[in-house]
Amino acid sequence: FPTRSRQGSSPPASSSLARWPMSIRLRELIRNVRACKTQADERACIQKECAAIRTAFKEENNELRHRNVAKLLFIHMLGYPTHWGQMECLKLVAGLKFPEKRIGYLGLMILLDERQEVLMLVENSLKVDLHNENQYIAGLAMCSLANIASAEICRDLSPEIETLMGNSNPYIRKKACICALRILQKNPELAENYTDKVASVLNDRNHGVLLTGTKLMFEMTRLDANTVPELRAQVPTLVRVLKNLVLSGYAPEHDINGITDPFLQVSVLKLLRVLGAGSAECSDQMNDILAQVATNTESSKNVGNAILYECVQTIVSIEAESGLRVLAINILGRFLMNRDNNIRYVALNTLVKVVATDINAVQRHRNTIVDCLKDPDVSLRRRALELIYVLVNESNVQALVEEMVGYLHVVEAEYKEDLVTKICTVTDKYAADKRWRVDTIIKTLTMSGAYVSDDLASSLISLISKSPEIQAYTTCKLHEALSAELHTVAQTLVQVGVWCLGEYADLLQSGAGDEHLTPQQVLDILDKVLHDVTTTVTTKEHVLNALVKCAARYSGQADAQARIGSLLQPFTTSIGLELQQRSIEYSRLFSREDIKAGVLERMPALEKKQKPADAMRAAGGRAAQSNGGAAAAPQQPA
Amino acid sequence: LPQTRRGKPRLSKYYRAYTDDEKHKVEGEIHRLVTGRDSKFTNFVEFRQHKLIYRRYAGLFFTLCVDTSDNELSLFESIHLFVEVLDQFFGNVCELDLVFNFYKVYMILDEFFLAGEVQETSKQTILRRVQELDRLE
Repeated sequence: FPTRSRQGSSPPASSSLARWPMSIRLRELIRNVRACKTQADERACIQKECAAIRTAFKEENNELRHRNVAKLLFIHMLGYPTHWGQMECLKLVAGLKFPEKRIGYLGLMILLDERQEVLMLVENSLKVDLHNENQYIAGLAMCSLANIASAEICRDLSPEIETLMGNSNPYIRKKACICALRILQKNPELAENYTDKVASVLNDRNHGVLLTGTKLMFEMTRLDANTVPELRAQVPTLVRVLKNLVLSGYAPEHDINGITDPFLQVSVLKLLRVLGAGSAECSDQMNDILAQVATNTESSKNVGNAILYECVQTIVSIEAESGLRVLAINILGRFLMNRDNNIRYVALNTLVKVVATDINAVQRHRNTIVDCLKDPDVSLRRRALELIYVLVNESNVQALVEEMVGYLHVVEAEYKEDLVTKICTVTDKYAADKRWRVDTIIKTLTMSGAYVSDDLASSLISLISKSPEIQAYTTCKLHEALSAELHTVAQTLVQVGVWCLGEYADLLQSGAGDEHLTPQQVLDILDKVLHDVTTTVTTKEHVLNALVKCAARYSGQADAQARIGSLLQPFTTSIGLELQQRSIEYSRLFSREDIKAGVLERMPALEKKQKPADAMRAAGGRAAQSNGGAAAAPQQPA
Repeated sequence: LPQTRRGKPRLSKYYRAYTDDEKHKVEGEIHRLVTGRDSKFTNFVEFRQHKLIYRRYAGLFFTLCVDTSDNELSLFESIHLFVEVLDQFFGNVCELDLVFNFYKVYMILDEFFLAGEVQETSKQTILRRVQELDRLE
């Protein structure tokens, strides 16, 4: 009867029964959900359960709350909204028993994150629980703190954590270190409070504490580089720790595949890296142990390789003596030959860092690296490309660029532009043979369609204008390229081609290049480009420029002149202002025999800084000025 | 920052704040990326500004998402250590164990990783701890 009064008007017979089905066990819920055949079934099942849970929450049932919240968490994992249950988690956290607290904290970690204001309400519970005698409850609190605490909570609870780092229980100390890590991430200014604590942690015997301690130190250096000089004092201790690990016999507690606590070794090596970089004295202290780790670690299993990898990274980052560096690079070379893709990947990654200082050593492995470029694995290919780009020099540029151009066929779209730029940059820097340079760049531009940046056009033009010997050759090649279907050719290439035709077409008339181009052929191409649907307005402007230059070059040929005139004519009424202006000015320029030759003289060698568009506008500008004169002239007595 | 996730997410843990929508999107992307890879490829993939390290055990993928500066081989080992702990705790663990006891798995995870870092490397210690916690239930 008391139950009936709470439930309102439900019949007494079913009231006591009605309560139990509402509160099924977690396992049953999971089983029910898994038994649902369709999405709709599952939704109905979940909704029913949510309703039951909601009612149960309203009833403030203490015993079953944690079971209901556990079910809620499961429902959340499936993807349904569950924010209405957050307050229940808070109530659980404030409970007294361990199972309640456990689900409560777990709920907090899953349902909330540091940005939620509701979290502030938990702060007090956290504070109390941190000092709980039961190490597991304290552990729970620290866990939540470390995983989701906001900056304010971190700051408030920092004093508690500082004390806990000195606690007698290693379990507590270990977790306190990680909490300190998070606190510092959120509030870097608190670092001073922890510097001496962290030093004492390194003298601990417990591996877990050592591990978290080294991570804490690493994080401190990452957040504030000024802590490094102070922490360098710890290097001897760290070296000792590492030595103990390497020299110790079989230690079943921390053994993995025959190596004692590889995770701790890796962590110490990482820390040594940061402390040794930039300090010759510190690096000296580490030399011996690094050499020992590098030579004695078994590399048949992945664990050994993990340690070697970290060791090599450390050696190349500190001021190591050359013998040690050679050792490191040899290890990397061995990695490259390994059949395991993971190891090769890691080697390629590290070689990129080494190349800056020891490029000759890396060159020895060039062929292996090039092979990696052809590997079916995308990750390997990308790493290999980075490395090849850095390895290019005068002697190997032709071979390597060919590989890079080959790769252009298969690379994904998002990396194409980068690759094209890389190819052109190295070709520019290292190629001695200009013809080959031009060939390669044209080939690259032809293949890469839309992925070309405008800078490439200007560097190509600057190259051509500076080298008279290849001007004819280049113009030939470009003419070829433009004869193809225009929509497959990059606009940049079209622009460069058109510009070259304008400047140098007359060279071809006399057969200077490999081909003999008549004015009509040149004008054919210009005509085609002008009227093609894929040509942009900018390109059309370039074509107009080229046409008027041709007028000067082919000054003796009447049919060419007539054709040029007829090509220019339609644009005098064009909607595009620039096109209209140019065509009108150029038509005027036609009739001015006296200044035409001067204005349309061949361009001098261009410096790379000046963009071709600007240079052309400058030439057009000069023409415009004199046209202004020409336009004014008819008004004067002729 | 590590984030463990299994293919058709059975369990996921985030050490940085994301909204639920972002989480779902990320999980979907990662799943597609990881399951699309051949088994002979490396176990490391670049993903946005981070790295993914994954390992496949029967029908489940265990994936960690970390900063690019972390040691991949070492984390690769840590995945294996974690799976060994699960195996010993549940006795020949299978996927259903993970589904039905998800809160216990979270507990084990919290003993192994904290705030995105490995906190304990001794399998025995973790197991002992977890078994005691289980007894308190």
